Amino acid sequence: MYQFEYHRPKTLDEVTALLARLESPKILAGGMTLLATMKQRLAAPSDLIDLQDVTGIAGISVDAKNVTIGAMTCHHDVASSKDVAKAIPALAYLAGRIGDPLVRHRGTIGGSIANNDPSADYPAACLGLGATIVTNSREIPADDYFRGMFETALKENEIIVKIVFPIPQGAAYQKFPNPASRYAMVGVFVAKTAAGVRVAVTGAGPGVFRMTAMETALAKNFSAAAIDGITAPVEEMLQDMHASSEYRAALTSVMAKRAVAGVSA
Amino acid sequence: MTVVAMQVNGKQVSADVEPRTLLVHYLRENLQLTGTHVGCDTSQCGACVVHVDGKAVKSCTVLAMQAAGALVRTIEGLADGDKLHPVQEAFKEHHGLQCGFCTPGMIMTAVDMLRRIPKPDETTIRHELEGNFCRCTGYHNIVKAIKAASEVL
Ligand SMILES: Cc1cc2nc3c(=O)[nH]c(=O)nc-3n(C[C@H](O)[C@H](O)[C@H](O)COP(=O)(O)OP(=O)(O)OC[C@H]3O[C@@H](n4cnc5c(N)ncnc54)[C@H](O)[C@@H]3O)c2cc1C
Ligand code: FES
Ligand code: FES
Repeated sequence: MYQFEYHRPKTLDEVTALLARLESPKILAGGMTLLATMKQRLAAPSDLIDLQDVTGIAGISVDAKNVTIGAMTCHHDVASSKDVAKAIPALAYLAGRIGDPLVRHRGTIGGSIANNDPSADYPAACLGLGATIVTNSREIPADDYFRGMFETALKENEIIVKIVFPIPQGAAYQKFPNPASRYAMVGVFVAKTAAGVRVAVTGAGPGVFRMTAMETALAKNFSAAAIDGITAPVEEMLQDMHASSEYRAALTSVMAKRAVAGVSA
Repeated sequence: MTVVAMQVNGKQVSADVEPRTLLVHYLRENLQLTGTHVGCDTSQCGACVVHVDGKAVKSCTVLAMQAAGALVRTIEGLADGDKLHPVQEAFKEHHGLQCGFCTPGMIMTAVDMLRRIPKPDETTIRHELEGNFCRCTGYHNIVKAIKAASEVL
């Protein structure tokens, strides 16, 4: 790891001021991704701004319409929240399937969404539920936020403050975890919402995406049978040492059907 | 260099370190607490698990500075004098180790698991161990030891 300076501010205003003043700073949340990248010397920030003491950006609140999760909330807190389990059980389930318990104690939703790994789980929940990403300067609908592999709509030095998930009528997440890393080889989030059915797929393509053909079919007939034969485009699937694009396309159909069955159940 | 202070195994400690110092190196090299191991250095294996403010974490992926002011517990802080912690005792009793390299991390993870889930079944134990690798035992006796510990804790 290269040298850097470390800062631990207490307010968002201090974070913003540091980001503006320092040479090439980076925000540090749980560090589960950033520190690994720095160890490999793939990132060399001049300064790390640790968000752990910043007030007002961690914690969970649930009202009649939304589940709101602060950026610095760790995966374990979402997975073990009774309020989340009641309002959107699929979201608590998803958080409890990220990595392992040790990673879940440190990794945060803000860090996961900011990083936007093509195999990460939370992007599927954000896109599947039609969440809103709230930053220090604006509100970004999930549909506009995810821009492909490790790309998001975040501007330089923009800070995610919280994520607002509208409570659906029903939802389910199914993932086929990579047996070594637990990241999604393919993960599918299906939600029945007031605005219609949404199907979001992670792990399969170069970034999370919606399967609109499945959404249309499910709007007419919400059953696993309704999406029989609807497949993800093989030529757009990822291909790596873990799985071929054909395999990922096939897994997408299987995971989608299981998720649909999970919603109906 | 910066002075980083925290409480480790009930004792107030401090050391002058670079900001890039990892918690595991702070423990091993500055405090000579070498019970915490480094297996992979890439957050995969769990040999480096310690508790920070009561939660099990991989100390190879935490900066010492992130833990400044925290309460840290390592494998050295588990036993009560000569009396082993029930999870340590169970690992000994049920042969939950062979070479012992993964053991400190396994035990710290197990203690954390039993804090959150007092009576886990075998499937739960296996899932909860997903962040800890053992190259020797095949996990069977580790799972047995944790189950046994859950019955006496
Ligand atoms: C062994 C292992 C297994 C894992 N398995 C999975 C898995 O199965 N599924 C999965 O989804 N993930 C998995 N992860 C990743 C994990 O979920 C991380 O928590 C996540 O990718 C990053 O979150 P973090 O809080 O650690 O962020 P950090 O590593 O601290 O930061 C990541 C990036 O986000 C930026 N950032 C952080 N917070 C904010 C913010 N509030 N606003 C703007 N930018 C911000 C940082 O500057 C940095 O660029 C795994 C990680 C490990 C080490
Ligand atoms: S040394 Fe930390 S997880 Fe392997
Ligand atoms: S006992 Fe040797 S690695 Fe687990």
